[in-house]
Amino acid sequence: MHVSNEGELAKWYEIPIAGVVNEPGNTAKIIVSGWRTFKPVIDQDKCTRCGICWMYCPEGAIKYVNKPYSTKKGINYGFTYEIDYDHCKGCRICVVECPVKAINAVREHE
Amino acid sequence: MSNIKVYYRTIRDLPLDEYLAPGSSACWGCGPLLAARWVTKVVGSNAIIVTATGCLYGVTAVYPYSSWKHPMIHVAFGNAPSVASGVETAIKVLKRKGEWDAGDTKVVVIAGDGATVDIGFGALSGMLERRHGVAYVLYDNEAYMSTGIQRSGSTPMYAWTTTTEIGKVRKGKLEPKKDVLSIILAHNPIYAASTTVAHIMDLANKVKKAVEYSSYGPTFVHILAPCPTGWKYDESLTIEIAKLAVETGMWFNLEYEDGKLRVTTKVPKRKPVKEYLSLQGRFSHLTDDDIKIIQQMVDENVKKINEIVGEEAIGPLA
Amino acid sequence: MSEEIELLEEVSGAKGRRRLPLTGDYAAAYAVKAADVDVVAAYPITPQTPIVERISKFIADGELNAEMIHVESEHSALSACIGASAAGARVFTATSAQGLELMHEVINIASGMRLPIVMAVVARALSAPVSIHGDYGDVMSMKDTGWIIMIASNAQEVYDFIIMAFKIAENPSVLLPTAVAFDGFLTSHVMEPVEIYDDDYVRKFIPKSKWPHVLDPRKPLTMNATALPEWYYEIRYQVIDALNKSYNVIREVMNEFNKYFNRNYRILDAYHMDDAEYALITYGAMWGFAREAIDRARARGVKVGGINFNLLRPIPTDKVVDLLSNVKSFIVIDKAFGYGAAGPLFTDIAAVLKIYDINTPGVSATHGIGQRTMFVKDFERAIDLVVKVGNEGKSLKNVVHLGLRGWGETL
Repeated sequence: MHVSNEGELAKWYEIPIAGVVNEPGNTAKIIVSGWRTFKPVIDQDKCTRCGICWMYCPEGAIKYVNKPYSTKKGINYGFTYEIDYDHCKGCRICVVECPVKAINAVREHE
Repeated sequence: MSNIKVYYRTIRDLPLDEYLAPGSSACWGCGPLLAARWVTKVVGSNAIIVTATGCLYGVTAVYPYSSWKHPMIHVAFGNAPSVASGVETAIKVLKRKGEWDAGDTKVVVIAGDGATVDIGFGALSGMLERRHGVAYVLYDNEAYMSTGIQRSGSTPMYAWTTTTEIGKVRKGKLEPKKDVLSIILAHNPIYAASTTVAHIMDLANKVKKAVEYSSYGPTFVHILAPCPTGWKYDESLTIEIAKLAVETGMWFNLEYEDGKLRVTTKVPKRKPVKEYLSLQGRFSHLTDDDIKIIQQMVDENVKKINEIVGEEAIGPLA
Repeated sequence: MSEEIELLEEVSGAKGRRRLPLTGDYAAAYAVKAADVDVVAAYPITPQTPIVERISKFIADGELNAEMIHVESEHSALSACIGASAAGARVFTATSAQGLELMHEVINIASGMRLPIVMAVVARALSAPVSIHGDYGDVMSMKDTGWIIMIASNAQEVYDFIIMAFKIAENPSVLLPTAVAFDGFLTSHVMEPVEIYDDDYVRKFIPKSKWPHVLDPRKPLTMNATALPEWYYEIRYQVIDALNKSYNVIREVMNEFNKYFNRNYRILDAYHMDDAEYALITYGAMWGFAREAIDRARARGVKVGGINFNLLRPIPTDKVVDLLSNVKSFIVIDKAFGYGAAGPLFTDIAAVLKIYDINTPGVSATHGIGQRTMFVKDFERAIDLVVKVGNEGKSLKNVVHLGLRGWGETL
């Protein structure tokens, strides 16, 4: 949840009518990295760019980025999947679902 | 109407734009959140979302934050179908009077099983009977999760919930899960389907169809969305559990189009229900006899659905 | 010459004016047609049914370009109105008693969401026991919901107040749902001559507008999120503020209405109050009885005056203070019970007087509960009572239940 500061909260007449939220999607400002016990780390060399992790992430915290990548074995990909660690809660669905086991669950705090 | 195409054939066809922002207070591994993420992606930007009180609404819209990038209206627990009826009718009339300039705006309800199968049941029936052009998406996590895992009409038989406790005299929910899709089908919707969060390609196509068909009347998509907190399993297994639900015959992926019902995810060799039940803490109290009863129930349901669709879509136990 | 008359009629709104024999319910339907409502979502309940029936006929005849959502319950009726209003449509609904009670979950939501919904409440007694007849028990149950509540006393007022209600509700500084209440059966089903105006003339008085919070895919917003303790107070207070601000808007709209349609409405009707020593206060159809009783009392030399409330919420505080500071006593005849307390309107008035340090003794009375037949002589008895209290200078401690068989025997 957002952390609010006493004294910085809006007064009744500063709040939009009927308390509507007119900043669509502003939960993106909330950082949930503190939820994690394990952090998923993609091994970009093993990753075949199948997109299954991106598809199954409930938060949408795995992003499709137009970043070309060449693996050590010389395979060239035109795009990459990257994890948005601000918004990953560490559920590890991606770890379980990756068909080539390219994602490792790394303990947050050693 | 039946020449509406398959919208997404591969993962690469799936839309990239996200319409449900991260950062909500959903549990990690939340099935309903995954379902809503894809519903909002597939619906396109020209839509109005109506939610009912429940987990999804509760975690995504807490003032002054909202995850929704669509215009979203929430009113109460049992009236999402009625609110959607009002929105759809307003758009219809305003279009007729030349006063709606946002174009062909779709109206989509995203509601949980509590809101749909129990408290909003009458309102849903009314909306279907009046043939409103609304796409109704039901995310089924099989209990009133947001208030702390109380049973709903959609809770499966023998499941533990806080109101169907495992005690000395009684163990779990005694009644079987309400077959809401059959009741929806009795209302003759334009289109109806069931799917799970493990079948995202299937889900995306069905939701897209439902939204497109909603120009002609009411459509309905029933999504099985496992909940790690309420079903008591490790949060990384949400997809695996949804897959097992279909592979054991505890859940059927169906599609009702042009007046005909068919099974869309065929299961040639069924897994025993024990594989599905043993992964979930809410079934950990089951005895072997209990599991046998559930297996018999599933065998009956499989026989019935095969008869209805006219083929052996769901096969025998492996 | 005839061209000049036509132009005059058009400008003064006399053009298209007709007198029709209408019941209160039908008058409401005609007002809805005149207002060019977009969506009506209602569920039938006695004594409101003629409203929805007549509106359906208007739509079926193509006289009203609207859609009627035949909802399956009153809870859905107001919910559908909220959805439609949130999408920017002008909406109307109507209900009574048990229907209003079923709506109650959504009534507060409508005001909290600041949507300009107009609702006719055909006042009917609340169960149990079941009564289809008229009293204000249902209207009083929505006093503290943030809705503006007007009370019409006859069919003409029903027609006029509903037209006013749209202008009040949709005013940008108000944006609150507004109810127009009137007596079940005594007003709703009694035919009276009602003068209706030309629809286009009415629509110029209440042009369509767009409120700032509307569901629009080009400007997405989220409506009715959850508000934790650090936000609920402020968001809900906006309703209180809007209700307070609405008072001046209601006065302005009433004045504009009077000028535009050549009428003489007041927020509180005052009858013989200029030199009154005692005041008789009512609302709704009782006003007719009150005035007849006052006439008879005046003929006997009793200096009593009458006040009729056309507005229940917000309470017209200044007018109450004005009219009651110089009388020796007042009696309020409530057509609804106050449970474990004095009558509902009496309690409101007593609070106002207390805040302004006005010590006028008063009597709380009820009559017409469950549409118990009222007689003028009952109101004459009420006047005798208020005179007695005025001369003794002390309020009556017990509520007087006029017309109740067996009342007073155990006092």
